Amino acid sequence: MMAPLADYLILSAILFAIGTAGVFVRRNLITILLSIEIMLNAVNLTFVAFGRALASVDGQIIVFFVMTVAAAEAAVGLAIVIALYRHRESLNPDSWTALKW
Amino acid sequence: MAPEIFAFYAFGAVAITASLLVIAQRNPIYSVLLLIASFGALSGLYVLLDAPFVAAIQIIVYAGAIMVLFLFVVMLLNAPHEETDYDERVHPLLRPGPMRFGAALAVLLVVELVWALGRGGETGSFPGGAVTSVTDVGRALFTDYAFPFEVTSILILVAMLGAVVLARREERG
Repeated sequence: MMAPLADYLILSAILFAIGTAGVFVRRNLITILLSIEIMLNAVNLTFVAFGRALASVDGQIIVFFVMTVAAAEAAVGLAIVIALYRHRESLNPDSWTALKW
Repeated sequence: MAPEIFAFYAFGAVAITASLLVIAQRNPIYSVLLLIASFGALSGLYVLLDAPFVAAIQIIVYAGAIMVLFLFVVMLLNAPHEETDYDERVHPLLRPGPMRFGAALAVLLVVELVWALGRGGETGSFPGGAVTSVTDVGRALFTDYAFPFEVTSILILVAMLGAVVLARREERG
């Protein structure tokens, strides 16, 4: 007896919305990167739930690739954060508006 | 109530609560630690979905490697508190520009998806006994998905080089 698929999808949607809200509402580069990780994990949950519902292994394979991309994104993103912090001593994304017209 | 269903709601509640607290914390260290708790709950959900391989790499790779990287950077920068140029007492929904837009967008997303999934009716049931084993995952990864798997190694190499180049301290000539 398992919880129905729709419940997993609703949970995933709520987690994704929390991540979306975090990206827009917070003004801290590290918290924004963490919110992106929440969104990636919500999508992973959807993939695994659908893979289970379709009795297919492909969902888990895609989750594997998503995790790889997340690791690469975290490494490059944090390197950019370190480089920016050296310039301005700030983690507020509003401090870097040089490319904003 | 069947124990699997109870476990689903328990893990789901932990995941949602921890994620909400992640974006509510002022101190990034607490955010990172709470996100690890959220990933632990998600790992339990993967076990409930008969995906032990994903549950294991969720703990090992995400909680063990990526979050430690985040924690390391938070401690390296030593800038715990968020600087804001707006009034702290104002509710997020009332703050200017993209913040209000983002909060409204998130609420809209939840409402739409719950509504759409709630009226779906027979989307429900999982097929019984269709357990995919770690052997199946490995076989698919090294046969059908062998080329993407190798491309992944290039991606990791590029990310590693990019991180080294970006975080390098520039020599002042």
